[in-house]
Amino acid sequence: MKNSAQNGRLAVALAMVAAAIAMLVPMAASAQKQPAAPVTARAAKVPAAKISAAAQTLPRFRFENFTTDNGLPDNHVFAVLVDGDRIWAGTENGLGLYENGKWKTYTTKDGLAHRAVLSLALDKRTGDVWAGTMGGLSRISGGRIDTYTQLNSGLSNDVVYGVSVEGENVWVATAAGANRLDLRTGQWQLYNERNTPMVEIWVYGVSAAPDKVYFAVWGSGLLEYNQKTGRWDKYEDPDGETELVLFKDQGLIHEIVSSVSYVDNIVWASTYFGDSRYDGRYWHNFLAKDSGLPSNFTNFVKGVDANHAWFCTDKGLAYYDGANWAVYRPSLTTGKPEMTVRDAQGHVAQVPVTTAPAHNYILGIDFQGRDIWVATAKGLSHGIRQP
Amino acid sequence: MRRRLQGCLTAALLLAAAIFTAAPWTGKTVQAAANPRTDEPLVYASPVETLFSSDGARLYVLCQQSGEVRVLDAATYKTIGTVAVGRVPRGFALSPDGSRLFVANSWDDTVSVVDTRSLQVTATWPVGAEPSSVAQDPAGNFLFVANRISNDVAVLDARTGAEEKRLAAGRGASYMTLSPDGRRLYVTHVYPILPALGSELGNRMPPESEIAVIDTARAVVVDRIPLHSIAGVFHVAISADGRLGAAAEMHPKNLVPLAHLEHGWAFTDTLTLFGTDIGPKPVEIPLDELERYAARPFGVAITPDKSRLYVTSEGSEIVTAIDVRRLLATVRARRKSSVEDLSASANYVIARIAVGHDPRGATLSPDGRRLFVANRLDDTISVIDTRTNRLAATIPLDGPKDLSVLRYGEQTFYTARYSFQGQIGCANCHIDSTFDGLTWDLEPDGFGVDIVENKLLEGIKDVGPYKWNGANPNIPTECGPRTEKYFWRSESFDDLTLTDLVVYIRSLQPRPNRWRSPGNELTAAEERGKAIFERAQDNFGKPIPEANRCSYCHSGAQGTNQKILDVGTKKPTDRSALLKTPQLTNVALMAPYMHDGSAPSLEEIWTVFNPQDKHGRTNDLTKNQLNDLIEYLRTR
Repeated sequence: MKNSAQNGRLAVALAMVAAAIAMLVPMAASAQKQPAAPVTARAAKVPAAKISAAAQTLPRFRFENFTTDNGLPDNHVFAVLVDGDRIWAGTENGLGLYENGKWKTYTTKDGLAHRAVLSLALDKRTGDVWAGTMGGLSRISGGRIDTYTQLNSGLSNDVVYGVSVEGENVWVATAAGANRLDLRTGQWQLYNERNTPMVEIWVYGVSAAPDKVYFAVWGSGLLEYNQKTGRWDKYEDPDGETELVLFKDQGLIHEIVSSVSYVDNIVWASTYFGDSRYDGRYWHNFLAKDSGLPSNFTNFVKGVDANHAWFCTDKGLAYYDGANWAVYRPSLTTGKPEMTVRDAQGHVAQVPVTTAPAHNYILGIDFQGRDIWVATAKGLSHGIRQP
Repeated sequence: MRRRLQGCLTAALLLAAAIFTAAPWTGKTVQAAANPRTDEPLVYASPVETLFSSDGARLYVLCQQSGEVRVLDAATYKTIGTVAVGRVPRGFALSPDGSRLFVANSWDDTVSVVDTRSLQVTATWPVGAEPSSVAQDPAGNFLFVANRISNDVAVLDARTGAEEKRLAAGRGASYMTLSPDGRRLYVTHVYPILPALGSELGNRMPPESEIAVIDTARAVVVDRIPLHSIAGVFHVAISADGRLGAAAEMHPKNLVPLAHLEHGWAFTDTLTLFGTDIGPKPVEIPLDELERYAARPFGVAITPDKSRLYVTSEGSEIVTAIDVRRLLATVRARRKSSVEDLSASANYVIARIAVGHDPRGATLSPDGRRLFVANRLDDTISVIDTRTNRLAATIPLDGPKDLSVLRYGEQTFYTARYSFQGQIGCANCHIDSTFDGLTWDLEPDGFGVDIVENKLLEGIKDVGPYKWNGANPNIPTECGPRTEKYFWRSESFDDLTLTDLVVYIRSLQPRPNRWRSPGNELTAAEERGKAIFERAQDNFGKPIPEANRCSYCHSGAQGTNQKILDVGTKKPTDRSALLKTPQLTNVALMAPYMHDGSAPSLEEIWTVFNPQDKHGRTNDLTKNQLNDLIEYLRTR
């Protein structure tokens, strides 16, 4: 079967390969030895007491970390999903389910499409879990796994970077375009360069809601599909410069979009060169140099609501409450746990903590009430909210 | 032809009577032999399920062919009302308060809502594809509908009928049973789950089935009870204390030649037991004995005091009575499944009670003293006294008294009496006159040689020759000598019986195609797929030879030119590459595909098994185009 991918630009293709390598083999080890990230860039370090009152209320967590030592299938965790009291971890070597204090691992022997699970989504209506893998898309339903691949179904490509469930539709982000599976009819709809403004077809993420579906396209910006009108819109970097940000807050920060989260009619989009928030009219860009982001290289973003979001970067986990920032990570130099807060005025302070996420290289996050679960390159972390 | 055959009626009846006398179960009333057959097409009641009203005063009878619910007085068995519902109703259930009766109309894709006071249909709700049973949660929030073709359970708002969601069930989802407390719903399915792509054994995998367990309060699937080597699961019963579950099912031996029927190797008719009484793992137990088979278990009931368990057997036309105490003792002593031991059933089977043709649903009276069995092809209800395990009464339902040719042919199709030791009937592999979703090793040509996939029987009357290799020129050959040799392992039908059977098979109409729009208009994707199906040039502008176009071999309304061809699909285990072009009627339902069932999905026919473009020019297609082609094929 012919692959419909039409990659015309060698440079972008090479960049894609590099990114894929980065995703699968993140710069985990080296990240520990890198100089401190510019969390405090253009900001003044102050004692914690001098930080604004609002910043002092940023959430604090006690992190409990899971690794293969206590049952996690693999330490390289691409994605995490909370389903009530059950935690699903998509790892490089199987899908883990943490329930009643124990881990269970699903593998290809159980029918999983591939051992490397890149993305997860919950169908809240049915309780089914959808897992995007390096070898297809799997549905886990009541313990049974059904798998869809490019050979046995209409799925366009077996490398499934993202998945999102909305109503009867499963939206899938693949290395060869986006797909929609209509669970009612079993029909697959493919979206690629033939029927959308997608120039590159390497789709890294998808976030679906009843009104709109957003796709994070690696090298082709952010795509919006209006479910009511069937119309496509494309959001690109307005300056068109890969290396520069000339028109800040005037559009998407960069073409290489790694993830998107659509919540409360707000789009949060992450790229490897900074992040963006879009309310349908105005854009706001976030860069490490002028925000609390610890790094522009962001793997994943998840909005809590219109004003709050979590950013999973290569140099730590960042939380933004609409004005203030907090970063949680092991220190890049010492490895000791640290929490850094930055208020709206740019004042930065360290908050003493005794625990941190398992690693700086953060790949995913999900929420369990006030707690968080964090997927990292070297373990899964449960952030237990502290009073 | 018919007149000539009817001239032989007397002789045929004598022969038939002789056969029936030799049938394994004694004491039967053989209506087929007792009545002359008429050519006139008649509409029979064809009861499939029964149900008591909440107060126990009424017995509702679901009649499949007449499309009705008959309402009988539970004491006198007199008909006190009739409610017309949809086409081919397959299952029904009462609301918790008994005020509404929900009926699943399998050929209309609807649920009829019947007011039990007025006996009027108050609403007809659209549901999924081929609804086969219904159940409501105790709180009255949800109505669950098992859809056979869409392989799921639809969850409806029980007040409005609005569909809220669908839950993934097994392939051919059909029958559902609530736990006594109503908190769990057990869902079975009649076709085995398709193996995953790349399964180690491929089409030589033993079949897998399951019982999906639904939490009725949340309406989500919370568990799936695995049923290994099982294909064809029907009713489930749960004991009143909730500790014992039993599923009626078939255990096919499709991986070894069917010609070993005389060795007891075609099907074992079994129950899977599960629940607290059994332990953490379900246990499969046989209903058969050596030389005494309980072909095609269907309905199950457990008495309120859990002393007896009853199972109907469609093909053997019996009800098997089981002593539950002895059953549990056997299971606990053995601690594992006993399916390979046909002596096991002697430990717990206490009676085999002959009933009518094609017994289906089994319902106990509220006091547990009477068991009601719907005999679909007799238009009767057998009433069994559970204290004596004897037939207490046979309730005749209103309807034609004559036996039509079609009816006799259908009885012949469903009975197991013609095969060696009464082990199997046509309907073993053609469940409800369809198929079984299995691949079979049929002929005694060595293990694993010439594996063949089973096909639908719908609309096959004019698509001969038959058999995958086209060796049988017509249906009488297929159903007569070939069946006797390869399936029954006995000389079976007289000419008249065979003719009636063939008339019945030729009468089977295709089910409504669920992918085709009501007006037969094609969607844009289906139109594009049709163009690919008919194209004469490939994507590179090169002409496609006529014989390598989809539309050449799959021509005509049925999608077959009826020729025997080599399309490059021969496997090392096949003796010949020549195959008869299969028809495309309802092809979307027919998985697995290819002659040997090696392609679990339509896609794999071309993505995996057509490397040389011999099975049509397809390797130039983009993924979009292949998807379009499949969308079109699903409308056939």
